[in-house]
Amino acid sequence: MAAERKTKLSKNLLRMKFMQRGLDSETRKQLEEEEKKIISEEHWYLDLPELKEKECFIIEEQSFLLCEDLLYGRMSFRGFNPEVEKLMLQMNAKNKVEEVESEAVELDVSDEEMARRYETLVGTIGKKFAKKRDRANYEEDENGHIKPTVKVKKMFLKPQD
Amino acid sequence: MAEAVGAVAESLPGDRARAARTVLDQVVLPGEELLLPEQEDAEGPGGAGERPLRLNAGTRSRGRVVCGPGLRRCGDRLLVTKCGRLRHKEPGGGSGGGVYWVDSQQKRYVPVKGDHVIGIVTAKSGDIFKVDVGGSEPASLSYLAFEGATKRNRPNVQVGDLIYGQFVVANKDMEPEMVCIDSCGRASGMGVIGQDGLLFKVTLGLIRKLLAPDCEILQEVGKLYPLEIVFGMNGRIWVKAKTIQQTLILANILEACEHMTADQRKQIFSRLAES
Repeated sequence: MAAERKTKLSKNLLRMKFMQRGLDSETRKQLEEEEKKIISEEHWYLDLPELKEKECFIIEEQSFLLCEDLLYGRMSFRGFNPEVEKLMLQMNAKNKVEEVESEAVELDVSDEEMARRYETLVGTIGKKFAKKRDRANYEEDENGHIKPTVKVKKMFLKPQD
Repeated sequence: MAEAVGAVAESLPGDRARAARTVLDQVVLPGEELLLPEQEDAEGPGGAGERPLRLNAGTRSRGRVVCGPGLRRCGDRLLVTKCGRLRHKEPGGGSGGGVYWVDSQQKRYVPVKGDHVIGIVTAKSGDIFKVDVGGSEPASLSYLAFEGATKRNRPNVQVGDLIYGQFVVANKDMEPEMVCIDSCGRASGMGVIGQDGLLFKVTLGLIRKLLAPDCEILQEVGKLYPLEIVFGMNGRIWVKAKTIQQTLILANILEACEHMTADQRKQIFSRLAES
């Protein structure tokens, strides 16, 4: 008798995920739609005519920076403050975007300076790896650059009779 | 007198908005409404039949119009809130419909985001400095907002120092906040302004006039003697020259040049150059 009569499951239980796995996609969709209807009917809304929002083409700004091209606020004249003068060129050039090429040139070291540096570099690094006997060959130049002086090699002198 | 008043009173209710284009560089008063160029065509002679066709080509190219200081948006129109001359700037890169603003004169500064200002440190409390910028509230400046500042390496700022910085937060609802660092983390000229020198106050319009790209006054001043100037958008100028007398002369020139004509200015400069 109990087997004939199916136990009545509550609606909430039937709505749970594990109970719906066996259902068809159609029945599932129907159930979802019914749920949505219930939820949307419970929502409150104002019974007013729809206001069409106009597309707004006007932006409000309170800053003068957009309106007028103003120079940078810090200035120095006739070399009073060299850093500020450098800054002036940098900041005012940003508005005009002209000085990019000259900046790139300044960053590179000139060829002459490179050659000079390498000249002295050979001396200092060479001294590091020279043996104690050879270190005496490295003398300091007038500028303080270390250069190896070529010394005459000591040959065996045959004793004269 | 009575008739004139009556006439004025009659015109007020039927006040028609003028086209912004026709009022450029003229004096406008608060309360006036201005029409932007596109709307003015539509509201022209009763919206005749053929007008809308011509308009369509124009509306597609219409970008965003920016209304600057002294103007507010009122529906589709611009509402004037300050008295002054209406100015317009064409869009540079082709984007937008240009900028409209009112060139007005005032001495009271209202903090605006992005402005570079000179402030005076009034208090040091915990992690922040209170800086007086001439607005309704002192701005707050965190000690970490300097170049190369860390929790252990604090910047050397005392009460009474002058600071050149910019606002990051400045609206009517919150306390203004300023920093001495730009978005990349470099100082780029901001920070504590050095020793000596003189700080004085001028009107805001004069600052903008002096900072215009083609300002003759600054070019002439720069030829006099070596000097350094810092302009704050809050109406404060700091000057420094080699001697006190030169500094004072410079301060007097900058204060007076607002009300001088070009000829008077040239006279004064030539007299100075002689002495």
